[in-house]
Amino acid sequence: MKSAMEQKMIPAREPPVNSRGVLGWMREHLFATPFQSLITLTIAYGLYLILPPFWQWAVMDATWTGENRSACNVEGACWAFVTARLDQFIYGFYPESETWRVNLFFAQLALVLGWLMIPAIPGKKLALGLGLLVLPVTSWLVLSGGFFGLPVVETHQWGGLMVTLVLALYGMLASLPIGVLLALGRRSSMPVIRTFCTAYIELWRGVPLITVLFMASVMLPLFVPEEIVFDKLVRAMIGIVMFQSAYMAEVVRGGLQAIPRGQAEACQSLGMGYWQSMLLVVLPQAVRLVIPGIVNTFIALFKDTSLVLVIGLFDLLSIVQAGLNDPEWLGSAVEGYLFAGFVFWLFCFGMSKYSQRLEKN
Amino acid sequence: MDNKRQPMLVRLWRDPVWRAIFFQVLLILAVVAMVGWVVNNTLSNLEQRGISTGFDFLSQSAGFGIIQTLVEYDESHSFGRTFLVGLLNTLLVSFLGVIFATVLGFLMGVARLSSNWMLSKLASVYIEIFRNIPLLLQIFFWYFAVLGILPSPRQSFSLFDAIFLNVRGISLPWPILDSGMVMVAWTLLACCVAVLVLIFFNKQHRKNTGRPVPYIKAIMVSIVVLIPMMTGFLADARLQWEIPALRGFNFSGGLVVLPELAALWFALTIYTAAFIAEVVRSGIESVNKGQKEAAAALGLKPRRVLSLVVIPQAMRVIIPPLTNQYLNLIKNSSLATAIGYPDLVSVFAGTTLNQTGQAVEVIAMTMAVYLTISLTVSVLMNLYNRWVSLVER
Repeated sequence: MKSAMEQKMIPAREPPVNSRGVLGWMREHLFATPFQSLITLTIAYGLYLILPPFWQWAVMDATWTGENRSACNVEGACWAFVTARLDQFIYGFYPESETWRVNLFFAQLALVLGWLMIPAIPGKKLALGLGLLVLPVTSWLVLSGGFFGLPVVETHQWGGLMVTLVLALYGMLASLPIGVLLALGRRSSMPVIRTFCTAYIELWRGVPLITVLFMASVMLPLFVPEEIVFDKLVRAMIGIVMFQSAYMAEVVRGGLQAIPRGQAEACQSLGMGYWQSMLLVVLPQAVRLVIPGIVNTFIALFKDTSLVLVIGLFDLLSIVQAGLNDPEWLGSAVEGYLFAGFVFWLFCFGMSKYSQRLEKN
Repeated sequence: MDNKRQPMLVRLWRDPVWRAIFFQVLLILAVVAMVGWVVNNTLSNLEQRGISTGFDFLSQSAGFGIIQTLVEYDESHSFGRTFLVGLLNTLLVSFLGVIFATVLGFLMGVARLSSNWMLSKLASVYIEIFRNIPLLLQIFFWYFAVLGILPSPRQSFSLFDAIFLNVRGISLPWPILDSGMVMVAWTLLACCVAVLVLIFFNKQHRKNTGRPVPYIKAIMVSIVVLIPMMTGFLADARLQWEIPALRGFNFSGGLVVLPELAALWFALTIYTAAFIAEVVRSGIESVNKGQKEAAAALGLKPRRVLSLVVIPQAMRVIIPPLTNQYLNLIKNSSLATAIGYPDLVSVFAGTTLNQTGQAVEVIAMTMAVYLTISLTVSVLMNLYNRWVSLVER
């Protein structure tokens, strides 16, 4: 009798030949349809046109050392421009005999950042305290000198990567606490404080950094009595901090909004005051939530430090730019920008990968 | 009861209402004192340096030239006019940047999610490179390293002998409009408005009956294509192109895109597009997979699944950060000053400030422009968010 059901086991079918192994992968991901194949081949051809000549120019035919542009192979990249001026790109016009102090600054920075960023090392609170309170003081002392027989190095001699890092570091450290205060203020129940904080935040978020820097460099000297003279670097820093703290406030506010009201209410019922409940319970949770956001604003700040060029400070980009005007090295623009771009990219890409990893955990 | 025994001041201090009032009054006093101090210092500093105050300078003659002006301008015009010229140049480069960054950003964002490995890797390499390099550096790269080493006008690269590329910029053919063409242009505009009205009407009709107006697409196409063509035929319109030609040492005629504008435009487009691509990617990824599957199960074709289900939901997520990117682009266009493109910051907060010395007024006006743009957009954004937000129980 014929049954609706099969009586015997059906032999298992072979897997489709073309979905396994390298060929199967290529079939699925590169040549799924004729149109996909066309896209793949077009891109491959484009890469073939660009990459080998670039490799030939940037590595094979490149000149790595030399005194001036004429020492370079015309066919290849002139990395001699970068190697000859590397010290200037890193230290600016810092006296050569004192560059160990800048290295010490870099080492401190690397130490504290490494401590904070590598999860395996214990004692994060200590590291955070060091980073927020000790590092800025020691860095400034080491870099500017004037004690223990260290000669004073005026800030107009600072330059290059070091100024980029100094601006980013101090901009970040100062804007973090101000940003937290502004975020708390914007969520405050007191109308005057809320209005003030909202106005401050929206004002700085609404204008370009370049006008803030112009303001800090041109108007700040007008705002204070004539006896007070700000250093150019300090003026730029004040501008950056005013600007950055508004962005930081919005990031922190995002974190504060994510913390359930019950946390603050529980603190109240335990008899804690506002500052106790914020500092001990709400903020630690909120800030932990927004660390990726903080890293992202730091990346933006790091890139934005290059704008100090317009007020005549020498960060990494502007010192490369200045080097390009040297008659000895005319025509090295591509190499100069590629180098500066690569350094910026390395820092920013590293930080963004770090923040992505944090977001995943 | 315990409170009664405390002195008056302590009691007030422990009362949250009074304490709040105290802090707010304190803040107001501090702000007023600060502003008073700053204003006082500024006035005495300005007096000492012999700089006048007020907005009288806006009507004084400027006395400097500007390399790109969208409205009539020469040295005899006023500083007020330089403000307008700079503002228009800022708006021009922002407009161009927004359009092209949107197109490139959407392409890259979709490419990033493509099933084609090569395409999605290419898009992600693009995003990771250009997002992580300072915009100013990219502007310099285009301006000094790419456009700066182009040949002189006599050795220009040319395309079809109509488009010329040289160190002075890009020369493009530009149409000369006769009266007939002007009429055609106006007719076209009127037809577009008519089509918009039709689209609205169609939507209403569809809502009421569940069906579109019959032949609506054919009607709309014929309105936009046929009517302007007939107008052109009747008015005997002729389209002529002014083609740039080498005269002496430079090209004249046609439209010249200055290298400053081109560099700024490329850099803004490429930089912002990398961010927009990420916005688009996360927007599309935010649409639940089940939505697509449900739509497919209802029998919608893939194209309609995309246009009716995925895109409308993705747009809700995409639009707020996208607007933010547009605002960033507008603010970033102020980097023009570093390469000398005559935007608002460069012309007004740069040259005008240096000529008049009236830093306070000039910077305040410049900031006010950007602030107005930002606040207007964020108000509109809030309205939009309220409009599209999900209606929940």
